[in-house]
Amino acid sequence: MGFFSRFLIPNPSPVIYSSMVAIGVTVLLIIVGLTHFKKWFFLWSGWLTTVDHKRIGIMYLISALLMLFRGGVDAVMMRAQLAVPDNKLLDSQHYNEVFSTHGVVMILFMAMPYIMALMNFVVPLQIGARDVAFPRLNAVSFWLFFMGAMLFNISFVIGGSPDAGWTSYFPLAGNEFSPHVGTNYYMIGIQIAGIGTLMTGINFLTTILKMRAPGMTLMKMPMFTWSALVTSIIIIFAFPVLTVALIMGTMDRLFATKFFTMTDGGMDMLWANLFWVWGHPEVYILILPAFGLFSEIIPTFSRRNLYGYRSMVASMVFISIYSFFVWTHHFFTMGQAAYVNSIFSITTMVIAIPTGIKIFNWLFTMWKGRIRFTVPMLYSIGFIPLFTIGGVTGVMLAMSAADYQYHNTMFLVAHFHNVIIPGVVFAVLGAGTYYWPKMFGFMLNERIGKWAFWFLTIGFCLAFFPMYITGLDGQARRMYTYSESTGFGPLNMISFIGAALMAISFVLIVYTIYYSIRHAPRDVSDDPWDARSLEWATHNPVPEYNFAIIPQVNSRETFWDAKYKGHELFKGDYEKIHMPNNSGGPFILSCIFFVFGFALVFSIWFLAIIGLIGIFVCMAHRSFEIDHGHYISVEEIIETEAKFGGVNKWK
Amino acid sequence: MNLKRKGTYMKIKWVTLAILSTIVNVLSGCESLAVLDPKGPQAQTQANVIWLSIAIMAVIVIVVCAILVFVLTKYRDSKLPKDYEPPYIEGNHVVETIIVGVPILIVIFFSVVSVISNNKVEATPEGYKGQDPLVIYASSSDWKWHFSYPENDIETVNYLYIPTNRPLEFKLYSFGPITSFWIPQLGGQKYAMSNMVTTLHLAADESGEMMGRNANFSGKGFAENMFHVEAMSQDKFDEWVKEVKETAKPITEVRFNELLKPGHEGQLTFTGTHLNFSPAPEGENAGHHHGSSDSNANSKGEHMEHDHKSSNSKEKSVHNHE
Repeated sequence: MGFFSRFLIPNPSPVIYSSMVAIGVTVLLIIVGLTHFKKWFFLWSGWLTTVDHKRIGIMYLISALLMLFRGGVDAVMMRAQLAVPDNKLLDSQHYNEVFSTHGVVMILFMAMPYIMALMNFVVPLQIGARDVAFPRLNAVSFWLFFMGAMLFNISFVIGGSPDAGWTSYFPLAGNEFSPHVGTNYYMIGIQIAGIGTLMTGINFLTTILKMRAPGMTLMKMPMFTWSALVTSIIIIFAFPVLTVALIMGTMDRLFATKFFTMTDGGMDMLWANLFWVWGHPEVYILILPAFGLFSEIIPTFSRRNLYGYRSMVASMVFISIYSFFVWTHHFFTMGQAAYVNSIFSITTMVIAIPTGIKIFNWLFTMWKGRIRFTVPMLYSIGFIPLFTIGGVTGVMLAMSAADYQYHNTMFLVAHFHNVIIPGVVFAVLGAGTYYWPKMFGFMLNERIGKWAFWFLTIGFCLAFFPMYITGLDGQARRMYTYSESTGFGPLNMISFIGAALMAISFVLIVYTIYYSIRHAPRDVSDDPWDARSLEWATHNPVPEYNFAIIPQVNSRETFWDAKYKGHELFKGDYEKIHMPNNSGGPFILSCIFFVFGFALVFSIWFLAIIGLIGIFVCMAHRSFEIDHGHYISVEEIIETEAKFGGVNKWK
Repeated sequence: MNLKRKGTYMKIKWVTLAILSTIVNVLSGCESLAVLDPKGPQAQTQANVIWLSIAIMAVIVIVVCAILVFVLTKYRDSKLPKDYEPPYIEGNHVVETIIVGVPILIVIFFSVVSVISNNKVEATPEGYKGQDPLVIYASSSDWKWHFSYPENDIETVNYLYIPTNRPLEFKLYSFGPITSFWIPQLGGQKYAMSNMVTTLHLAADESGEMMGRNANFSGKGFAENMFHVEAMSQDKFDEWVKEVKETAKPITEVRFNELLKPGHEGQLTFTGTHLNFSPAPEGENAGHHHGSSDSNANSKGEHMEHDHKSSNSKEKSVHNHE
């Protein structure tokens, strides 16, 4: 009894029980479906064991969409709870859990994998490579992320969700104030996913530095690849800090160490510092690739080269370095001296300069262009004014004296949603549409896509602009309710309506995918958007080996030059292609990590030890494994190329 | 064609009008927003900074939007001649100097404003310099605020009476999770943490009732973690102190430890302060000190800066928390 009671939910509610049932039914349906249609082998050989960067990218994409749903449901629940004063929809504990998981899920398990999806899919294609530098490590990265995310997600049906906010500040997140296992899930779930992310950083840094096609110097790389490079470097420097902080937090919770406790010399401020030393660069890990994606979409649909390429690169490098020097602005109110706040206030505002440069460069890219209003372009156009508003409110928050008034209020909430949604979410939705034909060989329906865009944009404005006002009126963030006398009611109702519109837009996005799978023509050409960079020089969908012949790069827009300026992209004849073998190792390793993590969450020590041994066995097995990959023969290449309707059209 | 253009023009006109009227409405409504309706010099400084930044930032947003609208209307595919082919433009030094230079100037300007306002809010408010501040210890426990007035030797829970026209120095700390002491109309917030004391300088220019709260999420009872603030003239304040001393019961260690337990309380009043038996974590009582135990002598009332190195004494504050 004692053993099993730990798995119960400490604060159950009908919503949670019905989710349990829903999850159970879904899992059952998936198992029955796979068995009925005899797809187990297909799933294993095609996806679970794949090391292909494109398939891994697609799996990231699917995970991100699922997590967008989860985080979105949390968001709608929050807005519904706050829509009217003294609402009883959620109680305090439940609300706390909902906003904690909303933050973690959206940042770490939605935005991150969405970015990873596009990096995985696009970067090797953009640099003319056959895969990433370490394909199997890439699979490990994905599966660790996936298992970390799943571990975090089962918290609300087994044992209880974290309830100390996505920042999980100690001592609130310590055993004393958060005795149930929720925060263990936070510490260990994010840890496992974070290890995966760190490896992705190493992988992409190596890939971009070592595997570019001949002729592609650093200053000829497409902007998205540049952003992926810079992001990888930030990941490599920032994520170890998170790893260490999470280990310390885990130790505090499981082994009674005193890093962040109130007693025995522990220091709660240390957690806040470590968290944001990682947390602020993390913001740029999300936003820089998003900038990169806009820098691909805007030139394509303006039919012009990217304006100010060099300043784009320089500003990105500058941002990446500076992102490590601003973390204190997350707690100007912690009581440090005025001069400390002044320094961080200035460093924070300085970041606005390179960001401003980028905004103007995008505007000047459209200037004298030939602008087509496709769905990806709509997202990019919507991004510019909305992100500018988010950016300037960021400068406002950077003024530390005034920040004493904005801090911890809805103003802050409005600000960071105002940068993350038009910045990251618009970027990945736009780029998702843009690269869809590359991934799946058909286009997404433009008409429904435009509806989704408008619902999202209008919903966004309605949901978040009122928060600036309620924040200035004294509505603190993370309050599960407020009284009618505060007068926050009407504006919060508008926010709720906005959130509902955003939810509709999500439904429309899913419907576009469904509709397009059913109805979109499959004979989409290799270059449906009339694009400019190398990823469009291969077929849609992309064959396993990416390029039958490695392309020759002559400029920043090699593919454009090949189409319109007679540059010869593919020289020479087919040769056999060396490709990595699939492996079940990464999946199995990550499953063991899941078990290990689960055992740690609930302090089931024998299982944790078995899990740990399993992890080392997997790693040892890999060390002694001999696997030289395989070759794709010339005949096979010719056959595949013929199937895609024409060999080397751009030759 | 002409009609269509006129339609577009009308649309733009209506949109502009709608935006303008919204802005006007919002701005006129701002007068009543707590943060922009200051009742003290610090909040006034902050409101000034906020208004200034809103104004300049609005200009930036308008410029960006104007360029965007211009580009989108002029260079949209459907409006351009069929044979128009966009040029290849690498960049332009003059343009790039402007888009770097102007933001740099703005940031320099804001940096100056930020440093000045920063030093203002971190010191005794202007116009109050030289006056002896009223020191109030504000400590939080789940989910209450305890206000100790060492000068008057009284203590309240969940309500705060303050004299107007006298600098106030709040000494903040927490008996639990990090909280944030915030009275929007008097000035911005600051964290209250265990193990150390932070200082917040405020003052009230006029009498009146205000809302104060914990702004930093601290668990289940966070939403209700508010307190009532009333600013009154020094005479009235003295009267109130006198009345408290006549009517209230003294705070005892037992009673205080009861109060620390998680939960909500109404407004309570005591004579004496808990600092007598449970000193604030400052000076030799700060949290990060280890070593031999010596005095816990009068830390109350003294304006001691917390110092991480100076003291050898053992932590006292922690004993009070179970």
